[in-house]
Amino acid sequence: MRFSIYRYNPETDAQPYMQDYELDIAPAGKMLLDAILLIKEQDESLSVRRSCREGVCGSDAMNINGRNGLACVTPLASLKQPITLRPLPGLPVIRDLIVDMEPFFRQYRSIKPYLINDDPEPEIERLQSPAERAELDGLYECILCGACSTACPSFWWNPDKFVGPAGLLQAYRFIADSRDQAINERLDHLEDPYRLFRCHGIMSCVEVCPKGLNPTEAIGKIKGLLVKRTV
Amino acid sequence: MVKRAAGGAHYGLRDWLMQRVSAVAMALFTLAVTGFLLSHRPLRFADWQALFQPHWMRLLTLLFFLSLYLHAWVGVRDILMDYIKPTLLRLGLHVAAMLALAAYAIWTAQILWSF
Repeated sequence: MRFSIYRYNPETDAQPYMQDYELDIAPAGKMLLDAILLIKEQDESLSVRRSCREGVCGSDAMNINGRNGLACVTPLASLKQPITLRPLPGLPVIRDLIVDMEPFFRQYRSIKPYLINDDPEPEIERLQSPAERAELDGLYECILCGACSTACPSFWWNPDKFVGPAGLLQAYRFIADSRDQAINERLDHLEDPYRLFRCHGIMSCVEVCPKGLNPTEAIGKIKGLLVKRTV
Repeated sequence: MVKRAAGGAHYGLRDWLMQRVSAVAMALFTLAVTGFLLSHRPLRFADWQALFQPHWMRLLTLLFFLSLYLHAWVGVRDILMDYIKPTLLRLGLHVAAMLALAAYAIWTAQILWSF
């Protein structure tokens, strides 16, 4: 199989370039990450992040044939050759397919991704009804791979100001949580032309999410809550 | 000025809602005028002029154009916010777009009540 992979080593290369690789591999039943690891055996200078290799850790998000996804859950047989691999768009490249996720995580931290509850801690745990717990389905599954936010043009243009689909999905995860007491502070912090309203609902995030989540829907629900508390 | 990121301008909702509501207003008016055009074929100038004779029609038309300008304001501002990074330049362009749209609004009223 033929591959074309983005290479950039800031210590030796003046410019990034695409390098071609040939790999003798039967694609049936194999994932893209398997091929990348075999290529790395040929050329160990190729740098890539990966850990769990089963779509849980979110380390190996990259741009595969122009579309963001996780290499470990992308079947090799589904890809057109030459398979073009690039780092996630819109984030600074550290080396080859490894990007600096700091702008992404800075936005994630900005939405305070933890329960805020000033009540005395109960003896056992803070209880939720099954219906309250069900509100978190489709939100808590996010693995923070960054595929959605780096597929979002609004995040490309304003990564320092726009929270991005991943951050907003998590913002709604805590807004929707019956155990959280800071819903108004959270909404206050999002009611901003940049932080929330850069989203124009083009749904690139939904298109690429490897976990099948829907940040656009969550963003719509945040907007709905803002309308409800205003009018 | 310090380089720290500050957020929480507290006006994004109003503009977003304004864009949605103005879109609905424009869609309703467009449907009504399209209905008029389809029911008056071939269109004669006298019919077209008669349509805009009543004051309420001129008011509705003015509302349509005001919706259009408010809608355009949010859209143009969004583009400027995405692509124009220097704050002073962005402010200048915001003011220019606002003044242009305000001039269009006055011009529209002038046209609607000038015949």
